[in-house]
Amino acid sequence: MSADANAATITADHAAHGDGHAHPTDKLFVKVAIILAVVTAVEVAWSYLPWKDWGDSRALYLFEVGGLLAMMGFKFFVVASVFMHLKFDSKLLTRIFYAGLALAVVVYLAVLATFEFFTCGGSTLPN
Amino acid sequence: MTDIADPHLAVPASGDAHGDHGHVTSTGISNEKLAMWTFLASECLLFGGLISTFLLYKNRSGTGELHETPHELYDLAFTSISSFELLMSSLTMVLAVSAIQRGDHRALRTWLATTALLGSIFIAGQVYEFKEFLNYGYGFTHSPAWSAFFALTGFHGVHVTLGIVMLLSTLALSLTGRIGRPQAEAVEIVGLYWHFVDVVWVIIFTVVYLIK
Repeated sequence: MSADANAATITADHAAHGDGHAHPTDKLFVKVAIILAVVTAVEVAWSYLPWKDWGDSRALYLFEVGGLLAMMGFKFFVVASVFMHLKFDSKLLTRIFYAGLALAVVVYLAVLATFEFFTCGGSTLPN
Repeated sequence: MTDIADPHLAVPASGDAHGDHGHVTSTGISNEKLAMWTFLASECLLFGGLISTFLLYKNRSGTGELHETPHELYDLAFTSISSFELLMSSLTMVLAVSAIQRGDHRALRTWLATTALLGSIFIAGQVYEFKEFLNYGYGFTHSPAWSAFFALTGFHGVHVTLGIVMLLSTLALSLTGRIGRPQAEAVEIVGLYWHFVDVVWVIIFTVVYLIK
């Protein structure tokens, strides 16, 4: 059976499931992987930039860290959406996963704030 | 989750179009898949705790002769290559799932073996990195910073190792003819675990290695 015929069969199967979503193709996965590889390269290059030579202002530091966190968030979201099929699967799975993630983020931001991580780098902890 | 008998309220849970395998459920999602997603959601809390602990302790590496923080000893180029190949293992995993969904067993085996190989290279790199730190004199009990570092990356390494075991088990089942298109969802569930291990590393790589 040719690849096209296979793809048609899969699409027909999904139609039988009544999920109404387009089925991702291998071509899409490869494109996404290339995008992820490029973002990873930019991330690493970003961390090698001479930020300290450009000044030590808080705004510059926030820009450096914010850029890295934004690229990290993008990669996380893309892998979860495309490779883990959240974009194509039932919305219930998306809600379950992101509810767990949101709970973890809120709980541990509270923990970090409690130990003054954002103000004193956690100085209330024993050494 | 309660299985229901009315076929009008549910869709087949397995990868088979005719639904002659697996259970029908009120959500249209198989119990196994729902369980894996719930497990992965709970894993966010586990890794969240480990990452937070590392952030809080990362600068507390002692005051003696050996007082360097993990960040001062990282080989960023080496870890970047490891991170890249773990990221690419997600591609090979998703291609394995895609292969079994269209009934291509040869491609399934090739991609499963490639994913397991990439995972093994990542673990070998992590063992090498740990050995280097131990050679410098920084072990798990050296200081809070190093304990937090080894606990976080070590836990992730254990997850990757378990993933490799799952991949090789799936490969063995395929080679013995016990995985066919109706069992595509089992491969997908193994894939979900593998991708999760990958996205956790996406966070660890940025938070632990890249942010100074």
